[in-house]
Amino acid sequence: MKTQLHPALIGLTVVVYIFLVGPLIIVLGASVSDTTYLTFPPQGFSLRWFSNIFEISAFRRTIITSLELAVLSTGLALLIGIPAAYALNRYRIELPKWLSTVFVLPILVPEIVLGFSLLKSLAVGASAPIFLALLAGHTLIVLPYAVRVVSASLASFDFSIEEAAVSLGSPPLKTFFTIVMPNVRSGVIAAFILSFITSINDVSTSLFLTGPGISTLPIQILAHVEQFFDPTIASVSVLLMLLTVAVMAVVERTLGLTFLAK
Amino acid sequence: MSQALTVQNLTAHYGPTKVLEDLSLSVGAGELVSLLGASGCGKTTTLRLIAGFLEPTSGTISLAGRDLTKLPAYKRDIGLVFQNYALFPHLSVLDNVSFGLKQRGVATVEREKRAKAMLERVGLSPLADRLPGALSGGQKQRVALARALVIEPPLLMFDEPLSNLDAKLRVEMRVEIRQLQRANNTTSVYVTHDQEEAFSISDRVAIMNAGRIMQLDTPETLYQRPANAFVARFVGFENLIPMTVVSRNGTSATAEAAGGTKLTLLQDKFGAIPDKFALATRADGLTVTADTSADGIPATLGLRTYLGRAYQYQCDTPAGRLIANGALSAPLKLGAAAKLVPAPDQCCILKSEA
Repeated sequence: MKTQLHPALIGLTVVVYIFLVGPLIIVLGASVSDTTYLTFPPQGFSLRWFSNIFEISAFRRTIITSLELAVLSTGLALLIGIPAAYALNRYRIELPKWLSTVFVLPILVPEIVLGFSLLKSLAVGASAPIFLALLAGHTLIVLPYAVRVVSASLASFDFSIEEAAVSLGSPPLKTFFTIVMPNVRSGVIAAFILSFITSINDVSTSLFLTGPGISTLPIQILAHVEQFFDPTIASVSVLLMLLTVAVMAVVERTLGLTFLAK
Repeated sequence: MSQALTVQNLTAHYGPTKVLEDLSLSVGAGELVSLLGASGCGKTTTLRLIAGFLEPTSGTISLAGRDLTKLPAYKRDIGLVFQNYALFPHLSVLDNVSFGLKQRGVATVEREKRAKAMLERVGLSPLADRLPGALSGGQKQRVALARALVIEPPLLMFDEPLSNLDAKLRVEMRVEIRQLQRANNTTSVYVTHDQEEAFSISDRVAIMNAGRIMQLDTPETLYQRPANAFVARFVGFENLIPMTVVSRNGTSATAEAAGGTKLTLLQDKFGAIPDKFALATRADGLTVTADTSADGIPATLGLRTYLGRAYQYQCDTPAGRLIANGALSAPLKLGAAAKLVPAPDQCCILKSEA
């Protein structure tokens, strides 16, 4: 049997795909252009703008800072978020509804405002080290994602499974790791990836919290385009994309495999 | 029979709401007792209290002489079979069954041997390596049963285990559950809202209402001699007719219902007959006759329905609305005058419901 598709529908679908993939292709093309200015389509082919990234020390430093921040804030958010999501779902009937709403609040506050208030309270008020203030900020903006995504996966988890394990002699904490966690694995992985990407791409909050000597990659990109208009920016963007994809792949493999091996 | 499970004066609250009131229950070794009642009657709460998932406000629970009241759930050593099976989705059928043995530190080889033997008994050996997602409802419940039985628990509890299965499978499974329970001589508590299921599977049944046990007896006793109006209505006595004794002789008492109908009851059959009581009959035990000179309760016939073996009538009588059956050979019209004749051998008397 042949399904009839309206030509307009096919056309629309193509447009949407171009819209989605287009920017990626433009950035990718611009990054390998053999010119000293940003251009598309690329003229010539060169990888020198990629090596240029590592020749600029500010990029080298900020890539490391951004990675550290992303890993640590995501780790912290999961450490707080998984137990929180568990409690919110396990005791959904007993707990007041507003408790789960609290975990979405950081998303509702404009990030600029969040960044500014963290600057006032942490960096200036409590004179916290810049890195710690950044870590606090990033943890705060990724926590809602962690809680929400793990929650979504726990919402379809049948807690009588946990009770079955307990009745068979497995203590509650052990049950959490051997029975609950393996069944929300995909949620945890999704939360990790989403949190990591949110952290590594964040500009608004970081803008206020970066300071002398410490910056993040997106802020450095911003600083760079203010002065230069060379394809380095496109190369960094490609690098950032590759980094994200790599992290997703690694997390999927490692987290996925260790949980499966249990 | 020695007592395996003893529950004494159990009271429980959900927040400020009292859901269980002063409930006491004993289950003998190897006995299967059902908790039967509508949803919200406290039967599942009772099971969860015994399992240790809820804490009682007061009262004690002991199993084989061991006080469980303060023991955490994972130390209680009770096998549980859930309504929605609650199998571990990420573990194979074999690993599901051996899970409890693993918690008890049984060595791998021995564990596998025992789990496999148990799977053999429930007829699932060929499926040992499957994940639960690939099983049918009936197979899942067999795995759940095997998983609970393999730890040889001193108490096995079922929480509506057959509710998610279709009618035919339900009947098959309950026979299977009963056979396994008998063969292992496992003391069991079985929660259900299905009267037929409870009566067919149990040694004794506790009929529950509003957090209390209304009557705990063998299915035969409950069905034929309910102790109170609630149980009588629950087991299908549609008619409760208030009666007053007007005369007695050595062996029988004559009682009168509203409207002046007299009925003579033999003490041999009913035991001591109080001055006031309620006569309980099913529709089957109250026969509609068009002969208005018969010795029965005068009635005006209402709606007639066809039951296959008889016609059933809604009847207006001086004793209130009664439901009675009439012969198929002589259907009677709406509004006709008739008499309702109780069959004494199908009646019982409720002393408490004067």
